[in-house]
Amino acid sequence: MLKQIVRRLGTAVPSLIGVVIVTFLLTRVLPGDTAAYFAGPAATPQAIAEIKTKLGLDQRLPVQFLAYVKDLATGNLGMSLTTGQPVFEDIRARLPASAELTLLGLLLSVAVSVPLGILAAVRQGSWIDHLCRVVATAGVSLPVFFTGLLLVYVFYYKLGWAPAPMGRLDFIYSAPDTVTGFYLIDSLIAGDVELFRAAWSQIWLPAVTLAIFSLAPIARMTRASMLSVLASDFVRTARASGLKPSKVVMGYAFRNALLPVITTLGMVFSFLLGANVLVEKVFAWPGIGSYAIEALITSDYAPVQGFVLAMAILYVLLNLAIDILYGLVDPRVRIEA
Amino acid sequence: MNIHAGNMSAGVNNMQPPLLEVRDLTVEFATRRGTVQAVKQVDLTLAKGETLGIVGESGSGKSVTSYAVMRILDRAGRIAEGTISFGGVDIGTASEGQVRALRGREMSMIFQNPRAALNPIRKVGKQIEDVLIEHVQAQPGDAKEKAIEVLKAVRIARPEERYHAYPFELSGGMCQRIVIALALACRPQLLIADEPTTGLDVTTQKAVMDLVVELTRERNMSTILITHDLGLAAAYCDRVMVMEKGKVVETANAEAVFRAPQHAYTRKLMRATPRKGVTLRDLLPEDAAPAAPAPTAPVEGAGTPLLIVENLVKEYPRQTPTSGMAGLFGIKGAAADPFRAVDGISFSVARGESLGLVGESGCGKSTTSMMLMRLVDPTSGRIVFKGEELSAIPAKRFAGSKWRSRIQLVFQDPTDSLNPRYTAARAIADPLMQMGSGLSGKALRAKVEELAGLVGLPVHLLDRFPHQLSGGQKARVGIARAIAPDPDLVILDEPTAALDVSVQAVVLNLLQDLKQRLGMSYIFVSHDLEVVRMLCDRVIVMRTGRIVEEGATEAIMAAPKAEYTRELLASIPHPPI
Repeated sequence: MLKQIVRRLGTAVPSLIGVVIVTFLLTRVLPGDTAAYFAGPAATPQAIAEIKTKLGLDQRLPVQFLAYVKDLATGNLGMSLTTGQPVFEDIRARLPASAELTLLGLLLSVAVSVPLGILAAVRQGSWIDHLCRVVATAGVSLPVFFTGLLLVYVFYYKLGWAPAPMGRLDFIYSAPDTVTGFYLIDSLIAGDVELFRAAWSQIWLPAVTLAIFSLAPIARMTRASMLSVLASDFVRTARASGLKPSKVVMGYAFRNALLPVITTLGMVFSFLLGANVLVEKVFAWPGIGSYAIEALITSDYAPVQGFVLAMAILYVLLNLAIDILYGLVDPRVRIEA
Repeated sequence: MNIHAGNMSAGVNNMQPPLLEVRDLTVEFATRRGTVQAVKQVDLTLAKGETLGIVGESGSGKSVTSYAVMRILDRAGRIAEGTISFGGVDIGTASEGQVRALRGREMSMIFQNPRAALNPIRKVGKQIEDVLIEHVQAQPGDAKEKAIEVLKAVRIARPEERYHAYPFELSGGMCQRIVIALALACRPQLLIADEPTTGLDVTTQKAVMDLVVELTRERNMSTILITHDLGLAAAYCDRVMVMEKGKVVETANAEAVFRAPQHAYTRKLMRATPRKGVTLRDLLPEDAAPAAPAPTAPVEGAGTPLLIVENLVKEYPRQTPTSGMAGLFGIKGAAADPFRAVDGISFSVARGESLGLVGESGCGKSTTSMMLMRLVDPTSGRIVFKGEELSAIPAKRFAGSKWRSRIQLVFQDPTDSLNPRYTAARAIADPLMQMGSGLSGKALRAKVEELAGLVGLPVHLLDRFPHQLSGGQKARVGIARAIAPDPDLVILDEPTAALDVSVQAVVLNLLQDLKQRLGMSYIFVSHDLEVVRMLCDRVIVMRTGRIVEEGATEAIMAAPKAEYTRELLASIPHPPI
């Protein structure tokens, strides 16, 4: 198992090198002159040149690249010109916020969509199958900012069940000591139930927004995968052996149907993590998506590079986790690895 | 070779009520084109300890009948009429819970394609445990012990080890033993075997069937054997029921059915079954127009060698079990000897000759045919075709060489080997277009129609897609495609294995006629010795990559020299005629 993990990590090295090169080049060819932006509209050409020199932007590209790689190797992702903080610190503070939100959203989504998909497959053509189709289609066809605003309108403005959408915690609370960076978990570790409640009341609305959006791919994939497995020979054998329907569906069919569902989960997760900018904006969530967008708009290279790099590493780890999960679910995968 | 207990069991059990009684059974399927009756008014009785064979070709409703008995019809199917009474329980009206309690405990089923019939990601021992625990034959505490006992009962060597195996780690025959173990774990009274040996080698088939018979006799079980193989039904059943298109056409004592078949359909099936002492022509229905003797093209230089194979070897690297730190850093252990799929074989094929290549799965016959087709490069040895050394051309570049059109292949699975998005005409035209025949438009169409005529495919079917054609028609398309570039040598890789016997009879005759008419040579790869005997002049028997025996087909069939050939011949079940 360890061998497999090490080998899988090894295959990720070339793609990471590629990401480093591409992020470097991409940010350099983007339109917009950083130095000019920071010097302000009234800056003299002299002042701009000065800033260029300070940032090393007057050097030739290969030299800039070498400097960039050297910095990376020492864990220095550069300074964000917008926040004035080291990019590494910014990402470390914001990535857990995004990850917590995305994971919770995905968890809620799985809790609904997987059972829905299974039921839709087992009772194909029944009302629950149609419900599954309607819910999934509706969820994916409404833009997240719309669902988000709708939920805020209903649950905050009309019903008052949720606090104002103002970030991870109400200002009267202070964040728990950082262990995992996830407020829900950290507050429990600290034994502070009230803080947990406060964090929960902030996170559940955006999480539900994300969940609604990601219902469709997971529910549809579960249904399709279950349908094909339920029609296979070994399910017939299980039924002919008199096994209970619950055993046939969950023990035999579902475990076999799991592989494509896990693949979809991985894809949805990595997609949401980077793409939930709109949800972060609507709920003033201090996440990594909105951070990257702001940096991009101001032609602030370092945070954009840091963001892409962090995402790439995360993606590699995620794929590794999925591969390991495959191996746990399907013994045939273990052999091939 | 077959011991009939039929008369005895029928005599003894006359007084007892039958174990299974089916009356007027009609099963309907809701399809897109409306309701289809798959089984029509079927009557069936089965006494305790009796073995009944249900024989018929695909679409005869033989499997559906048994699914109805177990009440495991799929969603679209339903029992429309009739009653099924099993041990006094009315299966048609019983609650799902009642029927479920019977399944696996009182009546069980074994299936064809045993590997697919097992859960691929659960240890086989655990799957047996599931059934034992479900029917309260074991507690979680002693389930493992009992599962191993069950594995022992089906003669699995090293059962403690096999308990932990996954289906993909076991051979087909072994998987079928597991499926039998699963079915018999709770000692049911009725076993339904649905084509239990289709796709297995003939010696494995014999071992599996002998095991089933032995276990069911020992436990005085009733058995329904569903098969398309008359020989198998004759060898192992007391009574035989012949079905055609959902109806029972004949039910009688096994011997009576085969000695004096009453129904025309039974006679047709009987005729079409390859057996001792018949020729290809004998397989065709009596009323078929006497085939006009095919105009025999004078084969240029008949008898001179077309293909010479010398010392052909194919090795595959064995997967070496590396472990620990060595594996981590990619350091391999002592290099294991490579696996020799084909181990130094030499033979030749003359112009106009047909050579049979016979052996069980894993004997290297497919690897050999792939090398001759030049799809796989041999490790060493020579393939000389028309005086040209083809083994010198790498497989990757062979498709572009002028020799490609000289050697063609007919595949085993007529469905999978056709592009589902190509019409029959497009499929047949494909080699002509790829190999630069220069034909196009009307000329190409005319050539395709000529080829269709040669293989007896009606021209109006040419614009259909594979899914709109029957198995036999698809086989014809495959053959037309292979002969399109006018090859000198056609390799036939079990071309009739997936076809019903009556269709097989027609296709085999077609192949024979084509060979005579076009003067081609054949290499016929098969595990069916009777078919090889009828079609081939010479035969090569292979085992573990080597040639065991080689010679004129009739001579080898009549007096096999090698022990292995004798064993193969003895394993073929024959109708008692």
